Amino acid sequence: MAINLTVNGEARSVDVQSDKPLLWVLREDLGLTGTRFGCGIAQCGACTVHLNGQPIRACVTPATAAANGEITTIEGADSAAAAAVQAAWRELDVVQCGYCQSGQMMSASALLAKNVAPTDADIDAAMQGNLCRCATYVRIRAAIHRAAEMLEG
Amino acid sequence: MLGPIDKRFIAQREAGTMSRRVFLKVTSLAGAGFVVGCGSDPEPAQQVAATASPATAAPPASPPAAQASMNAFVKVGADNTVTVAIKHLDKGQGVTTGLPTIVAEEMDAAWSQMRAEFAPADAERYKNLFFGVQGTGGSTSIANSWQQLRMAGAAARNMLVQAAAAEWGVPEGDITVANGQLMLGDGERKATFGEMAAAAAGMTPPEEPALKQPEDFTLIGTHVPRLDSNAKTDGSAEFTIDVTRPGMLVAVVAHPPRFGATVASFDDSKARAVSGVSDVVQIPRGVAVLADSYWSALQGRRALDVTWNFDAAENRGTDALFDEYRQKMNEAGVEVRNDGDADGALGAAERSVRADFEFPYLAHATMEPMDCVVELTADGCDVYTGSQLQTVDQGIVAQITGRAPEQVRIHTRFAGGSFGRRAVPDSDFVAEAAMIASAIDGRAPVKLQWSREDDMRGGRYRPMSTHRMEATLDDEGNITAWRHRIATQSILTGTPFAGLIQNGIDTSSTEGAHTLPYAIDNLKVELHTMENGVPVLWWRSVGHTHTAYATEVFFDRVAREGGKDPLELRRALLKDHPRHLAVLNLAAEKAGWDQPLPEGRARGIAVHESFNSFVAEVAEVTVADDGKFSVDRIVCAVDCGVAINPDVVKAQMEGGIGYGLSAALREAVTLVDGEVQESNFHAYRPLRINEMPAVEVHIVPSGENPTGVGEPGTPPVAPAVANALMAATGKMIGVLPIGDRVSA
Repeated sequence: MAINLTVNGEARSVDVQSDKPLLWVLREDLGLTGTRFGCGIAQCGACTVHLNGQPIRACVTPATAAANGEITTIEGADSAAAAAVQAAWRELDVVQCGYCQSGQMMSASALLAKNVAPTDADIDAAMQGNLCRCATYVRIRAAIHRAAEMLEG
Repeated sequence: MLGPIDKRFIAQREAGTMSRRVFLKVTSLAGAGFVVGCGSDPEPAQQVAATASPATAAPPASPPAAQASMNAFVKVGADNTVTVAIKHLDKGQGVTTGLPTIVAEEMDAAWSQMRAEFAPADAERYKNLFFGVQGTGGSTSIANSWQQLRMAGAAARNMLVQAAAAEWGVPEGDITVANGQLMLGDGERKATFGEMAAAAAGMTPPEEPALKQPEDFTLIGTHVPRLDSNAKTDGSAEFTIDVTRPGMLVAVVAHPPRFGATVASFDDSKARAVSGVSDVVQIPRGVAVLADSYWSALQGRRALDVTWNFDAAENRGTDALFDEYRQKMNEAGVEVRNDGDADGALGAAERSVRADFEFPYLAHATMEPMDCVVELTADGCDVYTGSQLQTVDQGIVAQITGRAPEQVRIHTRFAGGSFGRRAVPDSDFVAEAAMIASAIDGRAPVKLQWSREDDMRGGRYRPMSTHRMEATLDDEGNITAWRHRIATQSILTGTPFAGLIQNGIDTSSTEGAHTLPYAIDNLKVELHTMENGVPVLWWRSVGHTHTAYATEVFFDRVAREGGKDPLELRRALLKDHPRHLAVLNLAAEKAGWDQPLPEGRARGIAVHESFNSFVAEVAEVTVADDGKFSVDRIVCAVDCGVAINPDVVKAQMEGGIGYGLSAALREAVTLVDGEVQESNFHAYRPLRINEMPAVEVHIVPSGENPTGVGEPGTPPVAPAVANALMAATGKMIGVLPIGDRVSA
């Protein structure tokens, strides 16, 4: 079926199965491969994107359910919070294999958009849906605090 | 991983790294030769792995500048970039930063001009010098490349100086190089590397390139930013899952639900009716469904009806396997090490301690499930994957597709984690992709994509094992004998590396046990090599994953039995092992070992050598009255020789600690009637951020040749935590995973 989506501020139209998850529409039909597949059941967070500013798991969200909203992926993440997160990620060299990091940063920027000074407990609550097998967690935590500083500064 | 292979080549390493003359043969003369000012590579598809440019994500709009090859590892672009060929797989461990750092150091390049790209499969030029084939593992990337890349960088620098000397008509000795700049005298003439690149490539490489003295290093030992951070922070880094080829089909495979089962028959009528499905083909590993997208292929597989033949399958569960392993604990195994007379001492002892340990199968559970793209062409075959054993993958794909190995071009991509999983002696998923491409006669490029469930149930686990530890004590509590019996599957049996098994002993089963450093006069290590149908593989730190736990936890148990402080007893028995002792003391000091802790908190320590690096870790835990506990802090000390990039070393320790802790707390693959029970992250539950302790890493300053850091951070964490829990509760934990609570 035809679905109209707004992705990173652009109107896009795709013709896909009605139950096709947003993740695979982004990756296969729109060529936005920065959002990654990890589990398919909303257990790892690698596919996190924003729908109207809220972090969602694109692997379990049918594309049809996102048709009336604004979708933001890592490729279009340009809010102040997203920019601070990416800058902090680079400054602290958070990444190792890097595969989960798009999802980590999308969750982190959603957190900072509503909470400019998150505590460790806030970070735990917002980020525990995002797995990282390289266990870059120490730096993710530090980078979120650093990004918060940047936003404040 | 690849510990035993590492050992085979250890002699080569200990005898000194290869001679400079050999280097020149390998890297310059026999290899790529000199491609002077050529506009593009003969093989243009190699990915630029990383750039050091500032945050901009967009690739350059203009075609790449002309590059001149100085040798097989170093190209200098007319745009003044220096590109280093990375012969290893990047799976997060930082090779695209560490290896270029070595080259940049010897070239006196500026860090901002450094680039990295993955090398093609070419064992002649790009073999791992410790393996003899191209591949990554055993924490060897830096260690085997160290002298090779120092010489490659020094040779390139020398050729640039020769070119400048010729152009300026001055002696080479009048030219200095710093920060990517060639300069005559006090600056009468200046040139960039880029300006001299084409001329330099035509110069004769030096037979004996002069290497820097370590005291002159300006990049090594400093924190240069990772070259892969930008691409991995803006989503543009290309993993295998991101590869698209024109006309590509996506394949998913229905694998047998038990290891060793085969296809009896299948009905694909419903699968073929699924929109987007183009092919359903039987391959030796199952039935593949091909479609225009992953989602369509997945729907097709759901509609597929396969009947399996279980005659040759492993039909037992892990409970039955553990029973079999436990039985073996009562029988002597094959002798791996025997100092003094441990059997005699145990028979005669008045005072002895015994403990049994059990370790489950573990999945690597990389964030990117296994995947591979294979494209058959008229003149060969292109393979896009996170290849960790390029030479092996190349040979096996050649066999399957009917090509010559040199016709198989491997385009190594970033790997979304590996931990050993992507180095498979039978090429596993790479072979599977080649089988599917062949089954459709190469009609279209094929991307094989495993689901998380395929990955979790795909075998190649860290082998399960049981251990029996026994020790005798004298009246003062000194350890007089130590016997360690292990039952586990061999990783190397049945692989091309089986030749490393000597006298029936696969030392990857006992590494860390038979290499126990403690001064104990009567010491015996025995092995029962178990056989069953569950496929096993190296998993971040291989045998050390279980031997470090059994030895270090039992050590604390014995120390407590003898009334000794576990740290003091370690110090006493490691007198002749200064590198062990140094990390042990550093970790203890930085952790404040002698400082009192609040009620409910406790510390534990463990020290372990693996892959020629030495790591000690102190764990701090809090145990509540109901037995629930948290791991609050890990203090780590590491000696890995020269730390090329201390920040990457720290990152690998942090990651290795998180990976090891994750397994210790909750990870286990269990089988019931031959079927793997865990299918996804709801059941196989890795560590999450709220469970990650604070980690402090301290690096022992060293002038020794660099050794690995990818794996050695992992082995000590589980025993350090268990020893802290023992300190808190008085109880030893013998069965992993520990779970969320202990009996207080």
